[in-house]
Amino acid sequence: MQFLPELTLLGASLAIFVVSLGKSGAAAVKNIALGLGAAVFAATLISYCQEGSLFFGAYKVDLFSQVFKTLIAGAMLVVLLFGQKLRGIEKNVHPEYYLFLFVSVLGLMMLVSSVELISIFVALELSSFAVYIMVPMRSDSGKIHIQMEAGIKYLLFGVTATGFMLFGMSYMYGLTGSTQLSVVVEKLSMMYSQPAAVIAVCMVLAGFFYKLAIFPFHFWVPDVYEGASNETTAFIASVPKLAAVAMLIRIIGMINGEGQLIINILMVCAVLSMFYGNLSALVQTDVKRMLGFSGIAHAGFVLLGILTFQISGYANSIYYIIGYVVMNLACFTVICSVSENGENVQIDDFSGLHKRSPLLALTLVVGLFALAGIPPFVGFMGKFMLLTGALKEGYLLLVILAAINTGIAIYYYLSVVRVTFCSDPEDRSVIPGNLTAGATSVVLMLIIVAMGVAPQRFISFAETAVKSMM
Amino acid sequence: MDQLLINPDYPYILSTLIFLPMLGALLLLFVKSEYFARLWALGITTLTALISIWLLKAFDTSTAKYQFVEQYSWVKSLNIQYVVGVDGISILLIMLTTLIMPLCVLASWTYIKTRVQPFMICLLVMETAMLGVFMALDFVLFYILWEAMLIPMYLLIGIWGGPRKVYASIKFFLYTLAGSIMLLVGIIWLYMTNDYSFFIPDMMWQNYSTTAQVLLFLAFFLAFAIKVPMFPFHTWLPAAHVEAPTAGSVILASVLLKMGTYGFLRFALPITPEATTILMPYVLWLSIAGIIYGGFTALAQHDMKKLIAYSSVGHMGFVTLGIFVLNVQGVEGAILQMVNHGITTGALFLCVGMIYERTHSRELKSAAGVGQYMPVFVTFLAFFSLSSFGFPGTNSFVGEFMILAGTFKKDIPLAMAAIPGAVLAAAYMLRMLQKIVWGGTDNPDQSWLTDLNMREIVILTPFLFFVFWIGLGPQPFIDLMHTSVTGLLDTFNAHQGQAVAAVEIITH
Repeated sequence: MQFLPELTLLGASLAIFVVSLGKSGAAAVKNIALGLGAAVFAATLISYCQEGSLFFGAYKVDLFSQVFKTLIAGAMLVVLLFGQKLRGIEKNVHPEYYLFLFVSVLGLMMLVSSVELISIFVALELSSFAVYIMVPMRSDSGKIHIQMEAGIKYLLFGVTATGFMLFGMSYMYGLTGSTQLSVVVEKLSMMYSQPAAVIAVCMVLAGFFYKLAIFPFHFWVPDVYEGASNETTAFIASVPKLAAVAMLIRIIGMINGEGQLIINILMVCAVLSMFYGNLSALVQTDVKRMLGFSGIAHAGFVLLGILTFQISGYANSIYYIIGYVVMNLACFTVICSVSENGENVQIDDFSGLHKRSPLLALTLVVGLFALAGIPPFVGFMGKFMLLTGALKEGYLLLVILAAINTGIAIYYYLSVVRVTFCSDPEDRSVIPGNLTAGATSVVLMLIIVAMGVAPQRFISFAETAVKSMM
Repeated sequence: MDQLLINPDYPYILSTLIFLPMLGALLLLFVKSEYFARLWALGITTLTALISIWLLKAFDTSTAKYQFVEQYSWVKSLNIQYVVGVDGISILLIMLTTLIMPLCVLASWTYIKTRVQPFMICLLVMETAMLGVFMALDFVLFYILWEAMLIPMYLLIGIWGGPRKVYASIKFFLYTLAGSIMLLVGIIWLYMTNDYSFFIPDMMWQNYSTTAQVLLFLAFFLAFAIKVPMFPFHTWLPAAHVEAPTAGSVILASVLLKMGTYGFLRFALPITPEATTILMPYVLWLSIAGIIYGGFTALAQHDMKKLIAYSSVGHMGFVTLGIFVLNVQGVEGAILQMVNHGITTGALFLCVGMIYERTHSRELKSAAGVGQYMPVFVTFLAFFSLSSFGFPGTNSFVGEFMILAGTFKKDIPLAMAAIPGAVLAAAYMLRMLQKIVWGGTDNPDQSWLTDLNMREIVILTPFLFFVFWIGLGPQPFIDLMHTSVTGLLDTFNAHQGQAVAAVEIITH
């Protein structure tokens, strides 16, 4: 039972693999994938309250990991639902695409449960390699090979980050003589006066910084977001970030406030991510690119909670990343619906969306205002709590810089809203109603509002989860 | 908690006021008929107005405490509460809001032709947010509603606005939002310092250090001065006013601008008294600059809406002047003038909207000489214009008189500097009135214009009623706020006394 979600995913991958050998129609493949996705989500719910340790202590099942597994499965299901047409992927590789999607999610689920360096590495690589292949699977209608460039960039930067991480792990092992995270961290905590320990921790963090797209490891974001198909980008922008935050909290949570140097490094990364992301997003015309840069800025905000080294801070970060994923998915629901043949969506393509599809326009506005951090949506509550937590620890300057960043960010979100509501559709066609996309967007909007208006339940829940891990 | 008064006879009355429009907006989502949407919005806003009259009747003018308080825990981990209450400073503004909203719905009856349901939803959500801002006693609740209000207002301007709506709406949104970001940091700082509480009355009169007070005051000032708007933060206002639909202009002028001055009274004075005293001269002279600048700019306008927008800058300058002279006449005059400005300027925007519906132009030139064909309309316009420059017998006269009396008490050169503003107001208002009523020899042909219909007369009559009521018998209005204002200023002066004494002890 403890391993049920992973087993279900593995089974799902195998089932899809079998399907890929035959010649099933696209509709059948889609239905099978949706059914399997729902089954995985159900499996995470069933094994929700499990606790235990597997594989000689390398694999820990606790409330923390199960919460994240549920979230990952839920986010995956949403991506499958609104991206079910897979407009950006060649028809004949649909089964393979789903196969890699499931494998990547499997890697992420294993990642959130791993408490040993080698298994962390294996799980991370499993999830990354699947995505490296998903990126160039985009159909190349324009023959510009933009997806190839994106794939190569994603791979090269990813491998580099992994290299850093492995190097850091070797230091950790060398310093402590163990690969068990609990042992490593405990022994390291006495060594933070030594540069080797600091370097080791920073290098290991680099791997997760890469997944979360935090400042010096963000370079892949804009090109990959632009080059990958809309559905793939929706996946990359949401699901792996959940796992990355989980791992950051797991590792940093064990450091437990030792090592001022690491706090300072995290602070610098957070501030640079925010400024870099927001300032670059200001000038984008491609919606996915813009969301990519905004994602970098949001990742900086997430760090704001983590670097407080408090349980409440971690809980705020979890709350924020969940909110971010929901808001982001809401925006991608709209992108995938607006893009008729899987092409990239420019900001101008939203022109007059409120006439072409009022529901999608409303979803986009709610999603963007939430991302911008305007009450009463989840984005505001999340930012507010992160700022409060950081100020509690006395980081006044950091809080002011972050607040300035919310001001900068408003502009580019607002300019998309402007196009959606204030310009004419010209000759752009009405977007046909789609029941699943409509239902998905309504549910996402409700979550955005509910989390923003009644955050208490979510926060205390996140705190319980964090405590279960400590 | 001794500042709070719970009236058990009226449970949930404030929450009803806040959430009734919201509920109405939610139900409107499922309405298909445009006619029904209009009727429904009118019904909901009228019901809210009636409930607020009931609230007014039960309001106790003998206490400076917050009344009708409701208090619930909202976010436990951060100690955020849902607390609402009313005192003498906010009651008039709440009444202004609830009474003006049904008239806004009526004014949009034929003005808004496309997408009526979303428009009415925006209006109703606005009402919820505005009432909430005036009632909130928890700083986070206040901030959330303060910011959330921007979304419906943005959409009102951005979708139903004039030709340059895109520019105007973005400028409005960015300006106001950027201004209030530091307010958020200030709120969090206050929360830390006050034992992790966002409860506004707890934050007042706490003797923070001078540096902290000055910084806090600056954060408050940036947020509120942009909202007022004070010179030189006023540039968003003409753009927003000109492009907004009539109902949007009325809400902007009558209610939104008051939030800035309300913020000064509710937060800046009680939370940062020392900084208020230190920075008061600068604010006062900025107010004077606003009065003069607004007057001169209004004098040069050819666009009627712009003219009224700039006149707002001048009038709001009087309000901030009254607040920061920090004596009873000044502050009471300022609050009264907030209401007056809401009534008069709101009515003037409605008048311009009525002309615009007929001629589709806001140009003064194209409205020249309508007096011959629209006698009822120009009668209304004449009274509102007279009121706007403070003609004796009208509401603004009382307000401006009290403010100037307070200013003379404080500082004679300052008061002398404000006088030209009053003269300028007369100049630009009479210029507009003269053009519209008589025009010149080259008037465009206006003979096809029809005079006001019954609905329009019904909209304007309440405004005229209040113009004269406040003009001739202002005492009931002043009684409403008197206890709260004197309470506020007494505590303020006591704290000033302490601070001065402390400084003297240190220096000797």
